Amino acid sequence: MSRPQPLVVGAGPAGVRAAETLVRAGLRPLVVDEAPACGGQIYRRPLVKDERDARALYGSEAGKAQRLHGAFAALADRIDHWPRALVWNLRDGRADIAVAGESRAVAYDGLILATGASDRVLPVPGWTLPGVFTLGGAQVALKAQGCAIGQRVVFAGSGPLLYLVAWQYLKAGVKVAAVLDAAPFAAKRHLLRGLALAPDIVLRGMRFAAELRLNGVLLRHGICDLALEGEGRVAGVRWREGRRERHLFCDGVGYGLSLRSETQLADLAGCAFAFNQRDRAFLPQRDSSSRTSVRGVYIAGDGAGIAGADAAELAGERAALALLEDRGLPHAPERAADLERKLARIGRFRDVLEAAFPFPAQWAARVKDETVVCRCEEVSARALRNAVHDFSLDEINRLKAVSRIGMGRCQGRFCGAAAAELLAVETGRGVEAVGRLRSQPPVKPVPLTLMPREAAE
Amino acid sequence: MSPRLHVDVAVIGGGLVGSSAALALSQMGMRVALLDRRYCGAQASGVNYGGVRRQGRPPEQLPLSQRAHAVWPRLKALIGIDGEFLRSGHLKLAMSEADMASLEAYAAKVADCGLDLELLGHNELHRRFPWLGDAVGGSFCAGDGHANPRLVATGFAAAARRAGVHVLENAPVTGVARNGAGFALEAGEGLKLTAGTVINSAGAWADRFAASFGEPVPLRRIYPSMVVTEPLAPVLTVNIGMEGGGIYARQVERGNCIVGGERAEALADADFSRPRSDGALAIMSRAAALFPGLAKAQAIRFWSGTEAEMPDRNPVIGPSLTTPGLIHAFGFSGAGFQIAPGVGQVLAELVRDGRTTTPIEAFSIARFAAGASTDRTTLGSGAGEEQEPQRRGA
Ligand SMILES: Cc1cc2nc3c(=O)[nH]c(=O)nc-3n(C[C@H](O)[C@H](O)[C@H](O)COP(=O)(O)OP(=O)(O)OC[C@H]3O[C@@H](n4cnc5c(N)ncnc54)[C@H](O)[C@@H]3O)c2cc1C
Repeated sequence: MSRPQPLVVGAGPAGVRAAETLVRAGLRPLVVDEAPACGGQIYRRPLVKDERDARALYGSEAGKAQRLHGAFAALADRIDHWPRALVWNLRDGRADIAVAGESRAVAYDGLILATGASDRVLPVPGWTLPGVFTLGGAQVALKAQGCAIGQRVVFAGSGPLLYLVAWQYLKAGVKVAAVLDAAPFAAKRHLLRGLALAPDIVLRGMRFAAELRLNGVLLRHGICDLALEGEGRVAGVRWREGRRERHLFCDGVGYGLSLRSETQLADLAGCAFAFNQRDRAFLPQRDSSSRTSVRGVYIAGDGAGIAGADAAELAGERAALALLEDRGLPHAPERAADLERKLARIGRFRDVLEAAFPFPAQWAARVKDETVVCRCEEVSARALRNAVHDFSLDEINRLKAVSRIGMGRCQGRFCGAAAAELLAVETGRGVEAVGRLRSQPPVKPVPLTLMPREAAE
Repeated sequence: MSPRLHVDVAVIGGGLVGSSAALALSQMGMRVALLDRRYCGAQASGVNYGGVRRQGRPPEQLPLSQRAHAVWPRLKALIGIDGEFLRSGHLKLAMSEADMASLEAYAAKVADCGLDLELLGHNELHRRFPWLGDAVGGSFCAGDGHANPRLVATGFAAAARRAGVHVLENAPVTGVARNGAGFALEAGEGLKLTAGTVINSAGAWADRFAASFGEPVPLRRIYPSMVVTEPLAPVLTVNIGMEGGGIYARQVERGNCIVGGERAEALADADFSRPRSDGALAIMSRAAALFPGLAKAQAIRFWSGTEAEMPDRNPVIGPSLTTPGLIHAFGFSGAGFQIAPGVGQVLAELVRDGRTTTPIEAFSIARFAAGASTDRTTLGSGAGEEQEPQRRGA
């Protein structure tokens, strides 16, 4: 019997380049993605075709987007592509995939996880009000649905995405009232170091900031105690700068603090994890070739650690070469070495970005008791603090057990980082000491009526 | 410096059995250490289905079960939280005439035990519980209910700690041996203690300790498998079980429905398990069929836990036959959550008085000694509705 096909989870930059590399070597991978079309988060396609061209959708990245979409289209009859499909469980060479109302059990030989990232959020008062989106969510609304999150929008938080999304809204003709960066202005000096490593990216960021300012957008740095206000819907933001309280009216807010890797599938696949200081998160361990601790499981792109779209394309290809090598196929060692060098360089640039947009580590000590930390299960900061002390807890899964944090629809994907930060502060330790939430299937909700089906070979 | 601790009683295993015993003992004025290899209440006691049910237990368990029954409504006073205990009633369904006959036979057999079972025919069943799909009839026990195991198990350990028990977590007991009049224990990294009495409440890991005192037992690990839905408007008003296995289900106050059934698969490290995908899907479709109100619900999480099962599905509770001062309490066979608070009291009495007011002869470890007869209970079962169909996943 022939070996089962490799499985690529995710059709973003990493997944597409991985699939392409496998096809080039004569393999026929199965590529699965929740989205209706390839592109991932960054090169996401509009749900319904509209008058916007690639330039309007992807700005300076239009060329890359078009090349990636084109590359995937060219693979069409040499891969199996399941769009709108969710890999909800993985184990020992078998994936359970929810697609078209049924659950297909698929055997795979070689697994490339290219699951990407989602927004990292640290809850602030009012963050669950209608009209408040994550930065990524605000971007998806614009890109995929062609609509804005408000008429007068404020973007807050930190990270490169903050300026990018604000700029994209500006270009789309939306009134952007302010960009509120939690990072102090002084931290931006680190970007000068970045000039040598990735001049185009740094310069583009500077241009975004300059254009925003030129168009009358209020740019503030080092803001803290952000609060989103409104009755039934967001109507304004309040924040502090030093001793000064400030307020602005708005009807839409995009908020986020960089990104977090989507690592549940790597966990279910049995990959070993280690704490990563730069991402301030537990990440699947992998070597420079994208191999994880589990044989035949490779991980690439933001799902392995935040590094951006360009790195994802390189890492996807690198992971596929590792898979080919492990299957005894030609695997272009020189190309692999070249990819690793480029990835290392991007890694150094990531250090710069992290320094320029540092994690607001004081959040956990300052978050107000009544702020909801887990929106799925409606758990407040007070409930978490009480749980830690009432039950003398010092480990995140124990906190989950007694407080329900991380037990809801999102399975801790959005509240997990915040809960860990709180637990660390409450127990006087570093966030790496409190452990990480164990993943359970299904990685995302699935309908109770999902019908099992063995996929045909 | 290696810490050394002297206590009256060392309790190995901080599940609900061990921590309720520790709490009861310290309330009697004894010095107690409660040791767990990981975290108290993180194993079976903290991850079970949460059924607080007497109905379906074999008659020999009912005195103990009744004793525990009295504890549940007093949790708030005892451990400071109510553990989300809800006296919702427990409805056991019959899906066939034969199952209905066996519910009737059970009700007759335990008529004097205080369960106040109410047998419901088809029409009455659907009049009272209109949200139910197809079923032939049922048996309703109004005094039973359900609770949040994660809170109850952890709550008992926390209460024990507040009552002065030395709660030692991440302290796996690696050695226990007779030492003069008592025992010497080694746990975790260099932790040493001595104790007059030892309670073996190490759950699915208890067989090792029994064997080390010359009492091997046929303990087997089982891994019941659970599914939970997103929060929903109220659908299930009672805790539901099924005669002969199938699924069991309850809805918590927050709205999530928890549905159990099937068995999970052990991982390479048999301390851990993972629900089988086909098993979880089977539970889901049975739940959607039995409760039409759940047909549009989403499942948000699956889990399973490690439980100790004895061949006759009765626990082992009582003094060791080989070693004075050693008391066993393990092997609850999928049904230890409800009775554990009663077991804790019984264990404390055994330590203090050398005997207990609750009959526990049926649970003696003697039944597994070489040459003992191994008749198994014929009516009801220790696992009750928590007993999955015996068909195991391939
Ligand atoms: C998924 C599931 C569903 C269930 N549903 C129900 C239900 O609905 N109703 C019901 O009544 N029962 C139910 N049960 C059964 C019930 O949970 C158990 O019978 C009961 O909790 C057993 O309690 P315990 O204290 O003996 O075991 P546990 O809670 O497992 O405690 C044993 C403890 O011993 C510790 N330990 C082991 N070895 C060592 C060592 N060397 N040193 C120190 N500590 C050690 C372990 O870490 C553990 O914490 C279910 C069980 C499971 C797994």
